[in-house]
This record gives sequence, structure tokens and C-alpha cells, in this order.
Amino acid sequence: MSEQVRKPLPHDSGPLHVTGQARYIDDIPLPANTLHLAFGTSSVARGTITSMDLSAVRSAPGVVKVLLAEDLPFANDVASAPVHDEPLLTSTRVNYVGQPIFLVAATSHHAARKAATLAKIEIAEEAPILTVDEALEAQSYIEYPPLVWSKGDAEAAIASAPRVIEGRIEMGGQEHFYLEGQAALALPQEGGDVLVSSSTQHPTEIQHKVAEAIGKPMHAVRVESRRMGGGFGGKESQGNALAVSCAVVASLTGRPAKMRYDRDDDMQITGKRHDFRIDYRVGVDDTGRILGVDFKQYTRAGWSQDLTLAVADRAMLHADNAYLLDHARIESHRLRTNMCSATAYRGFGGPQGVVGIERVIDHVAHELGMDPVELRRVNYYADRPVEAAEGGAAPRPAASPRSTSSPVMDVASRGAAGAFPVEGDARPATEGQTTPYGMKVEDFILHRMTERLLESSDYAARKTAVAAWNAANPVLKKGLGFSPVKFGISFTLSHLNQAGALVHVYQDGSVHLNHGGTEMGQGLFQKVAQVAASRFGIDMADVKITATDTAKVPNTSATAASSGSDLNGMAVKAACDTIRGRMAAVVAELHQVAVEEVSFTGGKVLAGGNEMSFAKAAALTYQAQVSLSATGHYRTPDLSWDRLRGTGRPFFYFAHGAALTEVVVDTLTGEYRILRTDILHDAGNSLNPALDIGQVEGGYVQGAGWLTTEELVWDDKGRLRTHAPSTYKIPACSDRPRVFNVALWDEPNPAQTIYRSKAVGEPPFMLGISALLALSDAVAACGTAYPNLDAPATPERVLAAVERVRGA
Amino acid sequence: MAAVIDTMTLSFHLNGERVDLSGVSPTMTLLDWLRIDRGLTGTKEGCNEGDCGACTVMVTGADGPQALNACILFLPQLQGRAVTTVEGLAPPEGGLHPVQQAMVDHHGSQCGFCTPGFTVSMATAQLTGETDHDLTLAGNLCRCTGYAPIIRAAEAAAQAPAPAHLPKSFQMPVDAEGLAFQPETADALATWYEANPEATLIAGATDLGLHVTKAMRDLGQVAFLNRCADLKGIEVSETEIRIGAMVTWSDLLPQIAPYHPGLAAMLRRFASVQVRNAATVGGNIANGSPIGDGPPALIALGATLHLRKGATRRTLPLEEFFLDYGKQDRAPGEFVEAVTIPRQADRLACYKLSKRFDQDISAVCGCFSITVEDGTVTGARIAFGGMAGVPKRATHVEAAITGKPWELATLEAAADEWARDFTPMSDMRASADYRLKAARNMLTRYFLADLGQGVDVLEVEA
Repeated sequence: MSEQVRKPLPHDSGPLHVTGQARYIDDIPLPANTLHLAFGTSSVARGTITSMDLSAVRSAPGVVKVLLAEDLPFANDVASAPVHDEPLLTSTRVNYVGQPIFLVAATSHHAARKAATLAKIEIAEEAPILTVDEALEAQSYIEYPPLVWSKGDAEAAIASAPRVIEGRIEMGGQEHFYLEGQAALALPQEGGDVLVSSSTQHPTEIQHKVAEAIGKPMHAVRVESRRMGGGFGGKESQGNALAVSCAVVASLTGRPAKMRYDRDDDMQITGKRHDFRIDYRVGVDDTGRILGVDFKQYTRAGWSQDLTLAVADRAMLHADNAYLLDHARIESHRLRTNMCSATAYRGFGGPQGVVGIERVIDHVAHELGMDPVELRRVNYYADRPVEAAEGGAAPRPAASPRSTSSPVMDVASRGAAGAFPVEGDARPATEGQTTPYGMKVEDFILHRMTERLLESSDYAARKTAVAAWNAANPVLKKGLGFSPVKFGISFTLSHLNQAGALVHVYQDGSVHLNHGGTEMGQGLFQKVAQVAASRFGIDMADVKITATDTAKVPNTSATAASSGSDLNGMAVKAACDTIRGRMAAVVAELHQVAVEEVSFTGGKVLAGGNEMSFAKAAALTYQAQVSLSATGHYRTPDLSWDRLRGTGRPFFYFAHGAALTEVVVDTLTGEYRILRTDILHDAGNSLNPALDIGQVEGGYVQGAGWLTTEELVWDDKGRLRTHAPSTYKIPACSDRPRVFNVALWDEPNPAQTIYRSKAVGEPPFMLGISALLALSDAVAACGTAYPNLDAPATPERVLAAVERVRGA
Repeated sequence: MAAVIDTMTLSFHLNGERVDLSGVSPTMTLLDWLRIDRGLTGTKEGCNEGDCGACTVMVTGADGPQALNACILFLPQLQGRAVTTVEGLAPPEGGLHPVQQAMVDHHGSQCGFCTPGFTVSMATAQLTGETDHDLTLAGNLCRCTGYAPIIRAAEAAAQAPAPAHLPKSFQMPVDAEGLAFQPETADALATWYEANPEATLIAGATDLGLHVTKAMRDLGQVAFLNRCADLKGIEVSETEIRIGAMVTWSDLLPQIAPYHPGLAAMLRRFASVQVRNAATVGGNIANGSPIGDGPPALIALGATLHLRKGATRRTLPLEEFFLDYGKQDRAPGEFVEAVTIPRQADRLACYKLSKRFDQDISAVCGCFSITVEDGTVTGARIAFGGMAGVPKRATHVEAAITGKPWELATLEAAADEWARDFTPMSDMRASADYRLKAARNMLTRYFLADLGQGVDVLEVEA
């Protein structure tokens, strides 16, 4: 079979991107009578509206309609959470600066924006709840009581440990800064139906919310999304308000309606990554082995629930990261504050949980005077035994006490048991090792990945060189930071782990491909098209990628949780295989061979000694009155999860990665540069190594940005002071590591995923943590105290840490 | 006295074809005109304030092609020039521009939204032969790729010949009727502005543009200074360097480098290529911002400001122009004509401190010019941005070290003087405490650098 999978093909839209032809919502040609929408928003973080005078808004040039909450004909609700706590427009209480109060429809985008500033709204202001301490004091919770998960007896283990270390790390949130802001367009259809084009990761949720808002069944709403100009989680729920606004206005006026946020509005209205404070207590023995650990995680959820429960759960689920914790207790506080509602962002709480344990490891290493990489290896889960790979070069095993030669335990995919040769017959080192939430860890490979990365990055020699540099240079200090990631793959709301596809083969052999996943730049459409082309043995040019469309594939999950290729690739494979089976039957009948003898490769269909083009086979199938169209569906097997008790198997498998970052810090001002980063990342059998490396490089830089320059600042009135790229600083070109070596770890996923690949969207984001650790290491070179460096590690925080370490 | 005119006529080329417009609002941005009026949607709106580069277009005049942000570029600024958008990069005979092909081949686009802007920036650099990609791309933000593949694409495309259809230089005659608000000389400007002192003068529009796109203000009567050729000169004499008000920071950077490399180094981090191509020295001064990076450097060099109202000219030390936050020593109808720097042995170092290295507004910008003879400080000019409501000299610190031995003890002895010079504010960029500490440490850095110690993170390699 000719395989399009595994080829490093460019993004399918590459030529359209570079010529400006790729069409985003704001680029769609509009009917002349289109209305443009803008929100009038609250300038106060907490209070009650006492009066509203919108006369100047209504009489402003170009204004056609102004809607208040009371004017909405049906549901006033854009919440993604089932608690319905997020009205499209608020009528009484205001809960954050930027909360929409009224909606302006005007003849141009500018007219709508300008009119929206003209309202006179009186609000009886109350002291907002902004900080963690204020929220704790006020018992202001999204979910109460705090969630607690335990394994073993952490308190007793810490109490009896030879060494106890405690501390706190605070890490900021993160603005998505998708380059394309939120946008939606609604075109009224006959009979009150509506067609919505939305920049969304979740077309089905848009469809659902729009249907409720216009008082129609979901079948009356069709949602289409060809591509987003970036999503990163920020378009999982945050686009609801725009799409619903457009649909409501279209439905009330019969005119097309478009809404896009100006960048400043986008940054003030929409949610961001959850910031976290994590308090930790850890007991260790003299070898650095963690005997017990206690985490208290506090996150500011903002004013509404949105996806907070799942995000904070995932922070708890990644409190172990790569480390076997026999005794662990994790307590999670989800605090309601008068800020925009924090939402999904690449990693979905996972990065925050991982930062917590990586800080613990770093702190312990500092206190024990151990090499932090060695301390990590002491605490790693045991590796899955190395299998004799089929045909390919097997990764070398790591020399590790906990990764001795032992047989394969392929429980991550029980159906595949025995598929791989087994060496020896000793009990696996992985046996019995579980996460703090009781899930067996049987596919861990970070011992061998770490070994390889330390070798390729020349860690030992560079560590010596850094120490020598620091001894010789009083002002500029260098630091090295190593961080691993083990990331759980699956939606933790188990039923979301399903996907659908619709595939047509036309009589000329060309293929129309559709599935429930959305394209936000990650290359999902291309990877899935590679699957389709591989199933049919045809060229990529024969597969047409089409926009995600709720009328083609219904009831989709958000493209989120790194699941896009895993779920949609499998669904497309199922659809293609159905069609392929039908075509094979027709061809087998024609040539009087068994169906099993028919194969699809190189654009041909082979049957016994006969061959014909795929197009010819398609035409014959049609003439045989056999359907060339099929749906496909996939559900991830073997998941079970009880979030309140914190037990079960929430993940199908784990994806891994490791990074080593070197930085230089100016101890006079706290400024710094990332000098070099080496990454080894586990994408299983990559469906497309070029696109996957793109995810790794981009994820690392975005992760490093979160922990370094990207600082969200709210003032004491709850106003976001960093609501534009002039004040909120995502990494620029020169912020990428000067030397940037990225490689993929070549080992098939033991779980039965699409072509044994692994999810790659979120996991590499956490490799950026190595940058924070490297900065901490450089600061530590200034003295003896532990730097206690919080994030984002702006030059100001770095300088403060330098002074702490110097005891100044 | 000229009447207030709300619209104007103008002519320029767009992707090789002549465009004549009349009845245009002078504060219509190129981006809106391209996207809304012309339906050319390849050029994207990412931030609408000149910070992301998604709207980058190539604008070619007599002095060659430049990358500019279309979102804060008013149409009159295009008068007589040629605009190339992403749609105009590919050769008319077919195929892709080498930069476009390289971006595809090297996986330089993911979501694709920033890609047109990157592609135009890269094509502009490719046309001019600029190969310092960190420099040319500092004004283009990408959230997906981590930049590495984009740099690989830029490197791959650098050697390919630029397509012949892209103009390396461009001039066209423009209709004088259309120039009502666009004087060709400083004299014409002086006469007009004296008669219309309430008007808003627009130089590069990199700040005023935001008044339109963000504050949605009507600028009222405006004049565009971009065609005043006699305000664009840099003249170096035996005694001084004279910089015309309409000299852009891009123009100044290479020309000042031989005299004051420390200023040139700082200018590489001043905003972005797109902004430096539009923003002017005069605008940066006249604007009066306490956080502009130009004034502290110029003050440290002992610059003199040249103001003009009608036929009357006056000069003053640059630092005296900044009276208070939002208040400058400028009379109605008076404008900045030039700034002069006395020729001097170079002792200037400029330290720009910001959260992000490139294209960030300084939390603190410290500029130092300290002369030392026989181990003794004989003169000190130290000026800061971000430390007060105006760009301001550290006069107490200067006094405390002048005449003293050039050694760390002198700096330590002057430590308390900083708080006498500055009481900075805390804001989203930095706290007051950090600003003060960093400012003080910058003097230490200057001293150590003078001793030849390694103090520049940009010079360190892994």
C-alpha cells in the first residue's frame, strides 16, 4: 500500500496562506445589507446596573438596532457549562470589566464600535473580588468544597520523611493571542433557519447555542468552519457570544450579521488561561526520592464556570507529571473572581499542574545539592520495556535502575496484546505503578528519551561549561533547565472521546473528505487527508479537504484536548474502509477473486493479476449500484473516570517529551535570552513529521512565552491593563532559542491509535517549562538561597530573585 | 487661510496599477480601504495598532521599498508611491514569489493568518538584500510556529532573484490639486500651520493612527508632512549632526551608526521595521511621550531642538522642551523642524529595558554619555525615559559623579542621588522600585562595559 501517512507534507493551505487567498471569517464577501455588530460592555468589575441611557447609541450614525437582554427573543445564554451562568447580555449584575450589556447592529464595523461607546450606564459599584486571598476570604468558589484526591497517606509520609521542603509558586494566566480575533457571520435562510460561519473549535456547541437563542431545533442551524487564524483553546467556548449575536440579529432583522472583536475588546471580553498559586510540602529521603507530597492548587476562574472544572481537574491530573508518587494529596480550589472567565488554553490546566511538580523537583534538587536531572530520573515512573520494533531502528534502552529488561505489557491497548515480540519473562518494572488517581502507567518511556536527549544535547559537558562561565562572569549568569512531560491523552469527560466522518468517492475517483475536527493551523486536515489517501492508495491531490460542517457530520466534540488526529483520523479511516470494502467486493466479483486479494495502492486497485485505476474502480462500483459514500465513527475504548473521587482511567495513553534549555541572565536588570534548546518529543509513529515538529517548535515557544514575557496585569479595579500587543508581549521572532534542535522520538504508540501515532497539540507546550527552570538555575548561580522564581519570569521578577538569592 | 476640507484626492499604484481617488477621508487607513473598498482581503487585521504586522504591505517610493503597517497608514501617506500587497507578490506570469514558495516548503505557515504579513516583510527584505531576519521580522508576530520554520524559509529565499515585476524604486507625478493638506516644503507647512494652529500634523502616524483606530476620534483638520522633502535630511558638519524632523528612525539608524553605534544598537530594538519606516524623529519628540526612546538618547548627546512658527525660529536644549506630562514648550502653530547633535567623541550607551527584547515599549530607557579623563569623570549626561512624566536627566547623579574617580565606589556613593532625580510610577510595565533599581544598575553596567567586562546578553552564545 502506498502510504501518504508519515510523509512530511506541507500544510494543505500553505499556498493559500502565502498568497492571501486563504479565507477567514472577515474575508467572506458580504451581501450589501449586512449588519455589523459590537457589544457595549461594563466598565465596572462588580456591581448592579441602576440606569441605562442608550439614546445616543440608538441615534448614532449607521445604527440599525440596539438590543438589551430583554430584547432577546429566546435563550439569553452562551455558557459552555451546563449551569447556564453566562448570559449573552447582562441586565442587572455586572461581574467583570468587559462584560457585554448591550448589542449594537450598524451598517459598518466602525459605526457599531463607535456607537457602542456612547451609552450612559450607571452602575452601583461594589468592591470586586480579584485576588486569590480575597476570594478565599469571601468564600467565593465556582465549586465547593475544594476537590481533594489522595493516594496513600501523604501526611504521614511527609511527617516521617528525613527531609521536608515546602514552598509556593505563582504562575500567571495567558492570553491566547490567536492572530485572527473572534469572528462570526450569520446568513438568514428561508423559514427562519440560519447558516453560521464561525471561527470556532466547536461548531456543534455554536449550533446548539444558536438554536436555543433563536428558538429553533438544532436542525435549523448549520455551522461551518473552514479554518481559524489560531485557536489554542480560545475558540472552544469563547466564540459563542459572537455567533449567537449574529444569529439573533439575523433572525430578528432578516439581514446578514457579522461580528468581530477589535483586538482590545477581544482581550478584555474573552477568557484566558487560568492562573494558579500552588502551595507544596514534600518529604524526601537522602537520595532525593519523593516519599510524600501535598499540593494545594488555587486558581482564579473568573466570573463564570465555563470550562473551569475540567481545567482544574486536569491540573490535578498532571500534578505527578512524570514522577511516581506513592503518597500524594492534591487539593484544588476553584475561585470565583470578578474577571473575565478563564477558559481552555493549550494544555488545559495540565501545564499548571506540571509546573507545580517541576518546581518541587527543582526545589528539592537545590536543597539536596543534587543534579536536577538526576533527581528527576530517581523519581520517574519506570519505562515500558523496549520492544523489538518491526523493521525500524528501535530506540536504545536507557540505563536505569527502574527500566530493566522486562516483557511488554501492552495494556494501553489490550487488543494489541501479543502484537509485539516480548523479551525475557521477568515481571515488568511498570507493574503496579499508578498515578495519584489510580491509573496504571504502562507506556512510560522518559528514561530512555532522557538518556537520548542528554546525549544529543551534550548535557554533562555543557553543565560543566556553564559552571565555569558562572565562576568567571560576575554579571551575566548562565543556567540550564531540563523538563520532561508526560501528558494524558483523552477528554476527561469520557463521552466526548468520539468522532464522526463523512467520505464520498466520486465516479472519477476523486474523494471528498469531511470530519468533525476543525483546522486552526495545526495541520489536522492534512494529517487526516493523509489517512484517507493512504486507505485508498491514492495521491493527496485526489482528496479534497472541506470545511467542518454540522450538516455533514453532526454531534461533534470540540477540536481540543490534542484529540483531533486521534479521533477524526480513526473516524475517517472507518469511513474509507467501508467504501474500500464495497469497492473491493465489486472488483473481486468482476475478476472472480476473493475480496481479501483486492488491494489499493499507487492509485491502482489490484485484484489477483489484474489492475485498474482507482477511478475506474470507482466508476465500476457506481455502475454496480453500490454506494460510494460512507460515514465513519470512532469512540476511544477503555475509558472510565470518576472526577469527584479522582479515580479511574481517564486517559487512553500518555504522550511524552523532554527539553533542555540554556539561558543567560543579566543580573543587573534581570534581562535574559534563551540561548539554546534541545527537544526530543514523542509523537508515536508521526502521521506527518513536518507538521508535528511544527507543533513542537511552536508549542515550546508559546510555553516559554507563558512563563517569561507574557504578563497579564489587572489593576485594583479589575481592569485589565494589558489588553493589546503593545502591553501584552508574546514571543517575537528573536525570542526563539538561538539554537533550536527539535527531534521526534521514533517509537510507535503501543495504544491502538491511527497508524500508531500520538497526539501532539498540547504536550510540547509544557516543554517551555525548561526555560523557567533554566532561568531559576542561572539566578541560583548568584548565591546560595533558592530563587523561588514565580512566573511569568519577567526581568523584574528575575531581578527580584537575584536579590533574594544574594540575600540582598 | 485654508478652508477645512474633509476629503482629498490622491494617486498611487496598487499592485502595478494606477489608482486615483477623490473624495477620500484623509484618515481612512490603507487597511480598511484595501479590505472594505477593494475587497483585497489578503492583508489582515490582527491588532489594528501596528504591533502585530499581519497587515504588512510593501510601499515603494523614490528611496526604495519599505514594509509598513497598513492598519495605521493613512491613504494620503501613499501619495505618489506604489503599494504591493500579498496579492501582488507573485509574478504576473504565474508561480509563486520565492519567499512564498519557501514559506510553503519550509512549513512557515500554520494557521496562516500572520502569513501574508510575514510574506510581505520577507519579500521586502529579499528585494532590498537585507538578510538580518530577526531585524526584518521583529514586527511580525506569529503565535503558531515559534518562528523557526519562518527563519528557515527566509534563509532559503534570500539568495533567489527577486521577481522583476516588483519595483525597486518608484515615482509618479501627482496632481497638485490633491496636495491641499500635503505641503511639499517646510516653508509651505510653516505658513499653513501658522494660519491653522488647531490642525493636527501627521508625520508617520504610528501614534496618531491609534487615535483613529482605537480611540475612534475625529482628528479634525489634518496636514500630512510626508512630502516635505526638506524636513527629511540628515546633514553632518564639522560641528553638528542635523536631523530633519521628518527623518524616519529607519533613515537615521544606518547614518548615525558610524558616529554613535550605541544609539544605532538601541534603534534596532526601537519598535519594529514597519514602525521605524514610518515613525519620525520629529514625531517622537513632538509627541511628548515620557516613554519614547528617542529623546533620552538625544538628550544624552546634548541635542538642541529647532522649533519654527511661520518665519520665526527658536532653539532650546531638547530636555527643556518637555515641561510636564502631556505638556511641551510648543506654541500653537509651532512645529519641530529639526534636532541637532553636537559632534563629539562617542561615549554614548543606550539601555532599553522591556519585558520583551524586540518591539516593546521601554519600562526604562537609560542613555549615558560620560566622559572620563585620567580616571576622573569630567562630564556626564544621563537621561531616562520611563522614569518620570517626561524624558528627564539624572542631574543629581550627574553632579555626584562629575569630578570623581571613575570607579565603582563613586557609583555607590551616588546611590542615594537616584531617588532625588526620579520618583517613577508603577504600572503594567514595571514597578517603581524595579525602575529605580534598574536605572541605578544601568550606570553600573555602563561602568563595567567601559572596563571591557561582558555585560551584554546579546553577545553570549550557548
